[in-house]
Amino acid sequence: MSKYLILIYEDEAGYATATPEVMNEVMQEHDTFSSGVERLGAKLLGGEALEPTPTATSVRGGSEVTDGPFVETKEALGGYYVIDAPDLDTALAVARSCPARFGGVEVRPVMTFD
Amino acid sequence: MTAVDSSAVAAAVADAHRREWAFVLAATVRVTRDLDVAEECVQDAFAGALVDWRTRGIPSRPGAWLTTAARRRALNVLRHRKVETRHLPLLVEDGVEPGPGDLVDDRPADQIPDDRLRLVATCCHPALDRPAQVALTLRLVCGLSTAEVARAFLVSESTMAARITRAKKKIAVARIPYRVPPAAELPDRVDAVLAVVHLLFTTGHTTPAGADLVRRDLVERSVGLARMLRRLLPHDPAVAGLLALLLLTDARRETRTAPGGRLLLLEEQDRSRWDRTAITEGAALVREALRARPPTRYALQAAIAAVHAESPTWGDTDWREIVALYDLLTAVWPSPVVALNRAVAVGFAQGAAAGLAALDVLSGEPQLAGYGYFSAARADLLRKLGRVDEARSAYEEAVLLTGNAVERDFLARRLQALGPRQG
Repeated sequence: MSKYLILIYEDEAGYATATPEVMNEVMQEHDTFSSGVERLGAKLLGGEALEPTPTATSVRGGSEVTDGPFVETKEALGGYYVIDAPDLDTALAVARSCPARFGGVEVRPVMTFD
Repeated sequence: MTAVDSSAVAAAVADAHRREWAFVLAATVRVTRDLDVAEECVQDAFAGALVDWRTRGIPSRPGAWLTTAARRRALNVLRHRKVETRHLPLLVEDGVEPGPGDLVDDRPADQIPDDRLRLVATCCHPALDRPAQVALTLRLVCGLSTAEVARAFLVSESTMAARITRAKKKIAVARIPYRVPPAAELPDRVDAVLAVVHLLFTTGHTTPAGADLVRRDLVERSVGLARMLRRLLPHDPAVAGLLALLLLTDARRETRTAPGGRLLLLEEQDRSRWDRTAITEGAALVREALRARPPTRYALQAAIAAVHAESPTWGDTDWREIVALYDLLTAVWPSPVVALNRAVAVGFAQGAAAGLAALDVLSGEPQLAGYGYFSAARADLLRKLGRVDEARSAYEEAVLLTGNAVERDFLARRLQALGPRQG
């Protein structure tokens, strides 16, 4: 098994303007996702949702502090999951089932050191 | 056994390289679980054949000989490298293979499973971009050197080496499995493989840049790959359709240019010199491929090529049938380029004015902006309608947008034939 990080990139405006019903739906989708990972042949090791980018602070070169995310993009990193999967195909199957209605996800293998 | 003439051996090795490379490599990857090591071992096996076959004779089944030699070499390499191996192993699913501890894999060569579909499916994994898929397929499935692959796509050898290295590294690090995808994913993967083979063919059939119209080597490689897929997936209608399309299109190879290198239109080509064997084979495949519902895009493209191939003269061309096939093709594969070709067919079936009307609907398509064939098709219809000034502008545009010298020369002649601009 190998570890993969699933990074969720979404348009924050989508959530900013979402009704409570939509937010409930999204929470539900994440619950369904979490409980379905093992059926796809992988294991969920962890994951968090992040506060939106207006709350971000960046530190460049170890000193310069700026208000905002490291890179300004329309779709921002808003959360992640860490999974254990036997291969990329399984990790991609998990990624396809990951909710991200206002954007998409990126799958990155976690580096291993011997 | 008597010594064999070295040129006969060289020819036999070259022939085996063309026919057997993919099988030998695919079988060796199972043992090494590492693409680079497998490639080295297979190269060694071919180099060994050059020497061994001279003294011991050319084996009756060169592929089996090479497979055994490459796998034996792989087991040796693995035994010696075991400690230092830092590579992530390739994920070989259900690969129950003798481990490096076993002295020799004495499984008879004819019992080694055909893993070529795994190999080509891995090369065309959707996690790799199209240029990487194409490069890996040429390198690993066709056995071309990095320099040859670079030449095929007119990029520098270092650029191509970087592309291939990156793709191989991604396969290992992201753990793309070496397997035939499960049934649910197979059609999509086969689509990707066919797209790669088709791209190779079109690149060879009319090279995007340069002095020659055709890159014969790429055409032959793509037809070879399509034949291999046909053997591996004999019931897949898209595979039958693609092989048919390549055969029917390539059947005209001898007649596409005049002796001086000038481009000849379908209209001017000497149909008696078309390859009848290829047309017969292609037409039979089209009939088979069209039985699938809905028909695949390749089956329909091949059917269009078959109408031309089976028409005794240009004047006999059944343009209504061709337009009808383009309508079906648009339904399964809506694309501005298909719509462009349909408009050209409409121009023949219903007259230039109708063709131009169908073409002008497409003028806002971003995919056709800067596409030389669009301007060329427009120019031709305008010329037929006697709208000379507009035709001249469209030809001028087409000349600027065309990278292939033979095609550019053709367009320049057409432009010249319209005479100088009035006023």
